[in-house]
Amino acid sequence: MVSDELDIATKTNVPARNDETPVQYVNELTTLNLGPTHPATHGIFQNILQMDGEKIVSGEQTIGYIHRAFEKIAERRPFYQITTLTDRMNYCSSPINNMGWHMTVEKLLGIEVPKRAQYIRVIMMELARIADHLICNGILGVDTGAFTGFLYLFEERENIYEIYEEVCGARLTTNMGRIGGMERDLSPTAIRKIKEFIQRYPKVLREFENLFNRNRIFMDRTVNVGGISAERALSYGFTGPNLRAAGVDYDVRVMNPYSSYEEFEFDIPVGQSGDTYDRFMVRNEEMWQSLRIIEQAINNLPEGPYYADAPQYYLPPKQEVYKNMEALIYHFKIVMGEIDAPVGEVYHAVEGGNGELGFYLISDGGRAPYRLHFRRPCFIYYQAFPEMCVGSTLSDAIVTMSSLNVIAGELDA
Amino acid sequence: MQLTNRSKQVSNKEMTMAEKMYLPSIVQGLAITIKHFFMKKPTIQYPEVKRYLGPVFRGHHVLKRDEQGRERCTACGLCAVACPAEAISMVAAERKKGEENLYREEKYAAVYEINMLRCIFCGLCEEACPKQAVYLRHDRMVPVFLERDDIVYGKDKLVERLDDRYVRMNSEVKATPTEPSLTKAAT
Repeated sequence: MVSDELDIATKTNVPARNDETPVQYVNELTTLNLGPTHPATHGIFQNILQMDGEKIVSGEQTIGYIHRAFEKIAERRPFYQITTLTDRMNYCSSPINNMGWHMTVEKLLGIEVPKRAQYIRVIMMELARIADHLICNGILGVDTGAFTGFLYLFEERENIYEIYEEVCGARLTTNMGRIGGMERDLSPTAIRKIKEFIQRYPKVLREFENLFNRNRIFMDRTVNVGGISAERALSYGFTGPNLRAAGVDYDVRVMNPYSSYEEFEFDIPVGQSGDTYDRFMVRNEEMWQSLRIIEQAINNLPEGPYYADAPQYYLPPKQEVYKNMEALIYHFKIVMGEIDAPVGEVYHAVEGGNGELGFYLISDGGRAPYRLHFRRPCFIYYQAFPEMCVGSTLSDAIVTMSSLNVIAGELDA
Repeated sequence: MQLTNRSKQVSNKEMTMAEKMYLPSIVQGLAITIKHFFMKKPTIQYPEVKRYLGPVFRGHHVLKRDEQGRERCTACGLCAVACPAEAISMVAAERKKGEENLYREEKYAAVYEINMLRCIFCGLCEEACPKQAVYLRHDRMVPVFLERDDIVYGKDKLVERLDDRYVRMNSEVKATPTEPSLTKAAT
């Protein structure tokens, strides 16, 4: 009993008990399990919080509830099948994960993707970013007690998913694109839908901003809640909107442009002090910037092929397979996964929905990666969560977590 | 910390006098909500009304027959190899004399099973098939199941019925073949 008390005391920064301290003090702390299945945590993660009344004294996070061993599975899968694993990491923005993986493999194999494919990828990635931020900001509204904005935005998310359906054939687990390009060209319907979307979305987003941005209730709930300084954020390894909210304008799309991002004009929104309100505002502004990028990309969509001229890595058209001997051989080789991958190590990072999503791939020349590591931004944010919520109330902790946009699929991989 | 010249400060936490009063934002919010009462409803009454899913939607699997109604599958196993979820299994058999009107190739799949619990509808089997035999229909989804035994789909559920041919309309789609029975309605 005594050792238990001492243990809690050291963990929770409660002053060590001496003879004057009342015995009850240590025992008055409540251990609260926030999660694993709590409606406000948006996913399966557990926080063991020590509560002093309504205040959080310390927290300890638990991970691994939906760990699916993607990195290990990937060691047995041909490169093209790993795309389906990346779908299931950040399922709010799976096209970004897919494209990031394709670009990693292309970097290893040395494939140059034509401009049109790069532009299509940019469009799909920015749509995915909008879908991701839209969910995060909408849910933040729900957590602060405003359900309306969430519902209005979800209508537009549906439209984004319809574009995915048109381009790749699925809504959530997209498996979009192939190594060496896209699996199919943008159909006229898809182009029409994208153009309609960029026409319609500004109105919806402005309405959403009217509901939230300057709303006193919302600001009272979010300003100076769950803040993190730029130094602390950087030492944790924050990237993406959560780092930009702290005032550091780091964006992979600008610092290490990939897929023709250097050709687009866009700003990097930054916040002041890294609190929940800053994160909300940064995400909102990023949606505007994404719209700008999509508009530029769809209006300047280059003509040309949508896949690279790399027959040994990109599946030939079906008609070719019947007529052409080489095409048939390549078809079988690619599907069996027996492509000639060079030996080497590659790191490629994309600006994912909530930060730098990196793929570290070691190839030993075999059909599958020797080792594959996903640099998952959520995993990093979640480590900082206890620090960010200590001293705040439970309701603020939930808002903090919601605005960090920790997605369980990406956290655990 | 500034790393680029593209940064843009977006957060302003100072509230004006009007914003400090709760009422204006509440009125504004209510106005938006009331406006939505009179807007078109986006809801779709699902089982009665079905939505258009796009010509490339990945739904229910189908094992195609060719124009003469013969099964196209030759049990090469490429779909099983390509499947990331290892959902497909098959047993091959040799075509006997007199079965030429049933199977197009000399080898055919006597058993062809897809475990719908494992299937993730990624569409890689469709892409892998060198005989254009397996397709994911865009017009039908795998129904809800109640019994575990029902979920391993055999040939009885997968092979396309002659009175219910699958037609994929969009000829621009790469995976869509030039096969006439696929581009126009076959009887």
